[in-house]
Amino acid sequence: MLKTILKRVLQAIPTLLIVITFTFILTRMIPGNPALTMLGPQAPKESVEKLEEELGLNKSKGEQYVIYLNQILHGDFGKSYAYNQSVVELIKERIPNTLVITLTSLLIALVLGMIVGIVSAVRQYSILDYIFMVLALVGVSMPIFWLGLMLVLVFSVNLGWLPAMGMGSMANGLWDVISHMILPCFCLSTIPMATFARITRSSMLEVVNGDYVKALRARGLKEGVVIWKHALKNALPPIVTVLGLQLASAFTGAILTESIFSWPGMGTLIVSAIDNRDYALIQGVVLFTAIVFVVINLIVDIVYTIINPKVSYEGGKGGN
Amino acid sequence: MAGKKNMTDTAVLGADAHSQLIKRERRANNVWNKLRRNKTAMIGLVIVTFMIIIAIFAPFIATHDPNMIKPSETYLGIGENGHIFGTDEFGRDLFSRVVYGARISLIAAIGGTFVGAIIGIILGLIAGYLGGAADAVIMRLMDGMLAFPFVLLAIILMTILGQGLQNVILAIGIGNVPSFARVVRGQVYIVKNEEYCNAGRVLGVSNLRMLLRHILPNTISPIIVYATLNVAGAIISEATLSFLGLGISQPTASWGNILRAGKDCLNTAPHIATISGIFILVTVLGFNLFGDGVRDVLDPKMKK
Repeated sequence: MLKTILKRVLQAIPTLLIVITFTFILTRMIPGNPALTMLGPQAPKESVEKLEEELGLNKSKGEQYVIYLNQILHGDFGKSYAYNQSVVELIKERIPNTLVITLTSLLIALVLGMIVGIVSAVRQYSILDYIFMVLALVGVSMPIFWLGLMLVLVFSVNLGWLPAMGMGSMANGLWDVISHMILPCFCLSTIPMATFARITRSSMLEVVNGDYVKALRARGLKEGVVIWKHALKNALPPIVTVLGLQLASAFTGAILTESIFSWPGMGTLIVSAIDNRDYALIQGVVLFTAIVFVVINLIVDIVYTIINPKVSYEGGKGGN
Repeated sequence: MAGKKNMTDTAVLGADAHSQLIKRERRANNVWNKLRRNKTAMIGLVIVTFMIIIAIFAPFIATHDPNMIKPSETYLGIGENGHIFGTDEFGRDLFSRVVYGARISLIAAIGGTFVGAIIGIILGLIAGYLGGAADAVIMRLMDGMLAFPFVLLAIILMTILGQGLQNVILAIGIGNVPSFARVVRGQVYIVKNEEYCNAGRVLGVSNLRMLLRHILPNTISPIIVYATLNVAGAIISEATLSFLGLGISQPTASWGNILRAGKDCLNTAPHIATISGIFILVTVLGFNLFGDGVRDVLDPKMKK
């Protein structure tokens, strides 16, 4: 198993290199002169040239790539001209806020989605199963930003129950923090919840009809124990894979959710970077997110190897 | 086994009755007939067909010029002054904009999926068939692209390409290439080692002929399934890009940019965002339902 894990870690290195190279190529393809954008169209030629030199834009693309690679390896993602702050600092400031809503939403989605999936699988073709699956299908078909707007419309504009914008502060009490989180988290959890429900249902259906589950029932084990302890454990691997994918897509879902609820996280950061044509910031955030993606996928694969040792047969004995 | 069954059938039924039985079986197993029996797929198909008809016949269905500005009629509510869905911030007829928006949104989504599919199929065929270094290089590149969250990749592509329908199609297409390449490559790996492919090789069939005549047709089912489901995602992608102000630019109507306009006047005219969003939701739902049905029919192994 160790060998498989090591192999997977090594495989991630070329992917990371490709991601870094892609980001370099793509951001260099963005039209316009970054130095001119930073200084404004009225800037004198000398200052533009001076800034180009500072940014290394007068060097050849090859040299620029080497410098860029070196900077990335030293954790230097450049400087945002709009915020006049280093990109790493900005990301450090914003990332906890994004993690708060992303992880809370995923936790809600995972728990509720799995319960719905299990109930649907155990009571296959019941009315409850039918209702749940229709709701799940609507959930995966919903544009997240539209759902966000509708939540604001109903709960903030019409009913006035919950705040529509910003992040609460502990100084105003716990409720202020929670009330600001309810709408963005609900919005962000819908799609993953629907996905978890669908995958749990199909994975559980495969398991609950298996021979060993019948054997456990025949041995007189209680239905609850059979389902929640034995069947669920064996239905987990696909759910873990989906969890990884959802963690990654919740991160992008956060881009849209945050921009609707003005939540000060990575999403609003990238949207403002686009609006300001702040290239260094766009490059930094895109690269950072892509690296997070690669690392999350790596972790998911490793966890998958651990809970499902059969996949490690290539690397050695594997199995039990 | 099937042969044995046919032989017994022939023995019992006689040749004539047997050929009728085969015909009946074939009819029952026909993709369309199977699909017709799948209720949810049919609901999906009805929705998708309805939206496509709206898109094609937009000029006949629209009640007004979708771009005609009337400052005296801004933010009219549903049904007011002969405007079925009311009007927007410029007094433009919302019903006509939604109808014309169907055109742009569907062209962007279907076009994007098509571009992604074509490039992805070519890369997947090459990687899967040649294997070795070609496979390693292509698939590592695809992994690299997949590492970019789709929205971010599309955002950065749109920043490079600029707004507009062709560019949205291109951005959605490029973003979809890796997944298509993966699906096709996996399928080619299975198919190329089948006996009929080995037989073809022994008979000296050229590589190109082998790929196009024997391998591609046998990988097409999962591609169709994936493409149908992908259109659903592509509709949301177009809407996302336009919603962020990077996709289709005003005054051209798309569901995404109507929604963006609706966001800014959620308090005064909530119907703008609500209606355009419902159209997106229903269409995506339609493609998902239909795609699920097609998957169940074409690829029973993947059935939920």
